[in-house]
Amino acid sequence: MIKAILIFNNHGKPRLIRFYEYFAEDVQQQIIRETFHLVSKRDDNVCNFLEGGSLIGGSDYKLIYRHYATLYFVFCVDSSESELGILDLIQVFVETLDKCFENVCELDLIFHMDKVHFILQEVVMGGMVLETNMNEIVGQVELQNRMEKSEGGFSAAPARAVSAVKNINLPEMPRNINIGDINIKVPSLSPF
Amino acid sequence: MALKIVKGSIDRMFDKNLQDLVRGIRNHKEDEAKYISTCIDEIKQELKQDNIAVKANAVCKLTYLQMLGYDVSWAAFNIVEVMSSSKFTYKRIGYLAASQCFHESTDVIMLTTNQIRKDLSSPNQYDTGVALTGLSCFVTPDLARDLANDIMTLMSHTKPYIRKKAVLIMYKVFLKYPESLRPAFPRLKEKLEDPDPGVQSAAVNVICELARRNPKNYLSLAPLFFKLMTSSTNNWVLIKIIKLFGALTPLEPRLGKKLIEPLTNLIHSTSAMSLLYECVNTVIAVLISLSSGMPNHSASIQLCVQKLRILIEDSDQNLKYLGLLAMSKILKTHPKSVQSHKDLILQCLDDKDESIRLRALDLLYGMVSKKNLMEIVKKLMLHVDKAEGTTYRDELLTKIIDICSQSNYQYITNFEWYISILVELTRLEGTRHGHLIASQMLDVAIRVKAIRAFAVAQMATLLDNAHLLTGNTQRNGICEVLYAAAWICGEFSEHLEEPMVTLEAMLRPKVATLPGHIQAVYVQNAAKLFATVLRGHEGVPADSMVAQETSQLLIDRLPLFVQSSNLEVQERASCILQLVKYIQKLQQKDVEVAEEVTALFAGELNPVAPKAQKKVPVPEGLDLDVWINEPPSGSESEDEGRKSKGKAVFAKEESRHTKPRYTEVDEKELAKRREVRKAEQANNPFYIKASPSSQKVYQDGVGVEHIPVVQIDLSVPLKVPGMPMSDQYVKLEEERRERNKADKKKKKDKKKREKGEKGRRRRGDSGPESEEDITPAHMVDIVTEEMPENALPSDDDDKDPNDPHKALNIDLDNLLAASRRPLADSEKKLPVRSHRPDEVLKSPMEDRQVVEVVPEPKKKTGKEKKEKKDRKKSKEKKKKHKQEEEEDLMGAGSEEPVQPEETKEVAAPPPASTPEAAAAPASTPRTASGMAAVAPDSEPEEAKDTEPEETKSSTHKKKKQKKEKKKKKHHHNHSDGAGDESVQNGTVEEEEPLPPMSNYALLAENSYIKMVCDIQGNLQDGSQVVVSVIFENKCDSFIKSMEFNVLDSLNSKLQRPDGAGPHDGLIVPFQLPPGISNEARFIFSVQNIVMPQKLKGTLTFIVKTDDSSTHEKLDFKLHFTCTSYLITTPCYSDAYSKLLESGDLKGCSLKLEGVNQPFHHLLARICFHHHFSVVERIDSCASMYSRSIQGHHMCLLVKTADQTVSIDAKCDEPGLLGNVLDEIKLTFSQC
Repeated sequence: MIKAILIFNNHGKPRLIRFYEYFAEDVQQQIIRETFHLVSKRDDNVCNFLEGGSLIGGSDYKLIYRHYATLYFVFCVDSSESELGILDLIQVFVETLDKCFENVCELDLIFHMDKVHFILQEVVMGGMVLETNMNEIVGQVELQNRMEKSEGGFSAAPARAVSAVKNINLPEMPRNINIGDINIKVPSLSPF
Repeated sequence: MALKIVKGSIDRMFDKNLQDLVRGIRNHKEDEAKYISTCIDEIKQELKQDNIAVKANAVCKLTYLQMLGYDVSWAAFNIVEVMSSSKFTYKRIGYLAASQCFHESTDVIMLTTNQIRKDLSSPNQYDTGVALTGLSCFVTPDLARDLANDIMTLMSHTKPYIRKKAVLIMYKVFLKYPESLRPAFPRLKEKLEDPDPGVQSAAVNVICELARRNPKNYLSLAPLFFKLMTSSTNNWVLIKIIKLFGALTPLEPRLGKKLIEPLTNLIHSTSAMSLLYECVNTVIAVLISLSSGMPNHSASIQLCVQKLRILIEDSDQNLKYLGLLAMSKILKTHPKSVQSHKDLILQCLDDKDESIRLRALDLLYGMVSKKNLMEIVKKLMLHVDKAEGTTYRDELLTKIIDICSQSNYQYITNFEWYISILVELTRLEGTRHGHLIASQMLDVAIRVKAIRAFAVAQMATLLDNAHLLTGNTQRNGICEVLYAAAWICGEFSEHLEEPMVTLEAMLRPKVATLPGHIQAVYVQNAAKLFATVLRGHEGVPADSMVAQETSQLLIDRLPLFVQSSNLEVQERASCILQLVKYIQKLQQKDVEVAEEVTALFAGELNPVAPKAQKKVPVPEGLDLDVWINEPPSGSESEDEGRKSKGKAVFAKEESRHTKPRYTEVDEKELAKRREVRKAEQANNPFYIKASPSSQKVYQDGVGVEHIPVVQIDLSVPLKVPGMPMSDQYVKLEEERRERNKADKKKKKDKKKREKGEKGRRRRGDSGPESEEDITPAHMVDIVTEEMPENALPSDDDDKDPNDPHKALNIDLDNLLAASRRPLADSEKKLPVRSHRPDEVLKSPMEDRQVVEVVPEPKKKTGKEKKEKKDRKKSKEKKKKHKQEEEEDLMGAGSEEPVQPEETKEVAAPPPASTPEAAAAPASTPRTASGMAAVAPDSEPEEAKDTEPEETKSSTHKKKKQKKEKKKKKHHHNHSDGAGDESVQNGTVEEEEPLPPMSNYALLAENSYIKMVCDIQGNLQDGSQVVVSVIFENKCDSFIKSMEFNVLDSLNSKLQRPDGAGPHDGLIVPFQLPPGISNEARFIFSVQNIVMPQKLKGTLTFIVKTDDSSTHEKLDFKLHFTCTSYLITTPCYSDAYSKLLESGDLKGCSLKLEGVNQPFHHLLARICFHHHFSVVERIDSCASMYSRSIQGHHMCLLVKTADQTVSIDAKCDEPGLLGNVLDEIKLTFSQC
């Protein structure tokens, strides 16, 4: 079982949190802080497993994470999950994001937290892995997006316009975490 | 209407959407909180509008704010509104928000049932999908019950997308609503063979989760999974299945044999590392489960180890980590195959990755041998020096100590080296493990006699350099070492070269800055040193000045400690100061005092094994409650036979108990036995004493020539100036081994030499069985912890906290019951915890020992004195008339029967609390003060705690016998850990002594026997209560063959041992001589604790008189009150108020009129009789807390005014609460 999925950036700012077990908001924040503290002090060339944050879990649980450019993707899982399998799942998830957002960067996650959630919902459901085939995931997400569009979209035209106006004086959005060319280190994982 | 819509969309133009909110927050970095609060205000406005789009937008923003840590539960209703929108876009937003912030106690959830049902049956598959996803996050027992059927139907939906979601969510439904497992299981099983791989994978996923908790029930699915494993190509599915097999094989070894081959094939063929790794893991699990029976799987082990080596050698840190992890599993059963990769593992110790280093450290533990221990520890010591960060360094430190001390110091050949290592470790900065080092020092110094001289020298150096350890406040943890150092120097002061110097070092003013408990040891041991100095210098006229100077030194320095704010230090210091002053007076009159002073600390220490007491087997036919020899009227005469009574449990007596018991064995026979034993010991090169008595025999002067002569290797400098260097030992060790080898060659040519050879060489010679031909540097006798002879080492007496049954016993218990039926073909029995029946049988035994500890006081004084005399005898110097003097000097006053309570306390606590003694390095039956020095934080404290209570309560009792009984109960409380209760009462009550109270209620009585019982919840297990019954024989005949039986109800069942039928009685494991009472415990399992209930039962027994025996029976009714399900649990006031605020508790109240007892009595009564604890008390108002064995919280607010007591109570289970209140009412109406 997956107990929680956290995405935060290099400064510990949460970009997506998904707990599959209830924690009060303040505890959630504490968990994020603690996890960030644990993960951030590790070099990039050390292993991606961490035993025991004190808040989540206990001895049966592991933190499995990956670090992409400015973002950490952290999964808290118990012993029924395969460590390497989860690492691969994170990769699948990130690649899916990359496909759906076309070269995903941190800003996509910041401004479209809801969409990231919808994608995640097609990968993991209630703490259990739902689908690992990327094409299947992307296909389902796109079908649902099409449905949304046919309903006129969530933020219908007028609001869009305003938002475009407001956007004018913002500094140019950096697109810096192109993960497409990040070398993936999981060796010889056959495609699932 | 149209106008309204237009107006709505115009409004929306100015509403912020999620992107605007995010942008706004990013633009207001300095006053983010303020900005967000205005946003929340806007959102609240938006939520008030009718337009669903506006609401959805607002809810979407709330979801974002929730991520930032804002509580948005206030908008729960609006979220439900958005969920019920007909548009998929909004519905999805609503469900997302709900899944992020709804949980079981969100009350609007119950409004969603119909909406969710509608969505589940929606023609649009994505509506259904979104509902399923959302539901998986916030499903409650109610929702699960109401929707289980709908979801079951969806499992056969035409679209695989829905099917796989429905299958997955079933797991959540099972968890919340276990009854659904049985009907749903066939369909779930069907899905394992679904044509869609996604659905199949989901089904495997769910079944694996279920099976992980209760593997037994899923064994029957093994063939199906086996088929899947050989046919599936989906690695996810394969990994899950292989992991599942890993959990199943321990239960079914035949499965393991079948698995080996396909798994080995997979290992060879797969290219996916994740799959390879899981295969290796499962093969390891299989091999572990087979390890006993199948010897010819070495090929598989080799394959695994080989593959793991490849993983560990990989440059990828993840693989390295996992390789080491799996390696540690192999290590447990096949250490040899891992040991050959030592090089690799040592290499990993240098890895830059801390996780990997820690894993490698774990492995090291199993790789040490006598040969390489020094080398490995040397390497670790280097790491300690280099290590950055205290956590890793502390980890290293504990590992070093673990490695060295494992299996009773099995691998240490040179204890001087080990002591030096320990001393070197004290130089670590900022470690938290000073205590650990200290306990090792104590343990080694006490148990390895040969090392004492060296240890004392080292400890003296440590004491002398104490400023190095204490100088820095950061190093606080390490000053614990001084505790050990001071004690060792004092206790073994006869080995000190210059006791004066050490004494001076122990009395430096700086010592006063140390923690109290260390100072106390300093003071006590300064006195011991003083005794040694006196003995060394007295008699020689030139030296008498030195002796007097020493007294003066103590008199000068001790006042510093007399002023200490620590009670222990102060008390000891003032006591010793007075003693020294008195001695000084005697010295000035030229009286020789050394003998007497030394006698204060006479006596030998013996470590007692932690479980020693429990393990004393009672020989067949021995009734501990009967006098072996009638006590003679004059308590002066010394009766050998007495010793084997009762207290034989404890060390001193233990050593001698062979004597009295076998008095009929003549001297010749004894001598013969001794010879045999000698020969045995002589042939054993690394003799670890197995029987405590043999060691004692030496002291009794029977086998003087066998006092182990320590051949100290002269090449090792005994006195190392300054701090020792462990490295030199490594070199010396190598040289020594070389020499040994050469020696051995020489000797091979010759015939065996005589036995009178020097210890070490001889042992080295005759030791072909000492592994790897390595001989210890010294003939070291590790004094084993004393254990009663015949103790059964296999006794499984650990209540293992890691017991897998416990871990499995979460919620799923019910589920398990339900899941049984579809699998009934494979299982006929519910899994039974095998250790339970053992407990049932064992607990009465423990009780009995507690009972034994309390003989009659008069008897005791005699015994006490006897014991003292023994000690003196062992010194072999004392004369009769001196003893009298001594006793006066010590003020022991053991002869006065006026203080029977006290003397009893002195003697009683050690046996009663031996389990605790395990924590202390050793305990010894000597004077209370001496003992306090050894383990100041265990026994004596307890003795003091109980003492005032005891005396207090005993004043109310008149008859001695009654006193005994009362005492018994107290002991009982303390020994089984329910001690809080009485202590609690003690703290509540300050103003006025409480009347005596007892929870033991009369169960039944006839002219033969009386039964009283107490019922308490079992802390360890939420479904058990423990019934302690005291049986008292009231007649003049012997009562035996008691059988206790109860008619089980649906709700409560007596726990019977394996194999017993549901109507069989339990045999009470003791017999009762006339006038004696004893206690037995019975365990009941209960399901529902809300209602009190009664169980009918019968006790049958045989009354045996001299000429006849008759069968008798006694019926009784056990009354399980709701109170007996409560367990005294302390609660902090902040946690308490949180609990009350949470609003989960339902209230109820009670008024008692005409209660005219003091408020604190009232509280104490509730505490005592109803297992509550006081959280807070203000004047005439108090809050109290308790918890049921099933985890219900129960809170009371008790107020009193003019004889009226009102109790407001809250609990999450109103039924239970009502019943407990009724019982409280009853308690007060009775008094």
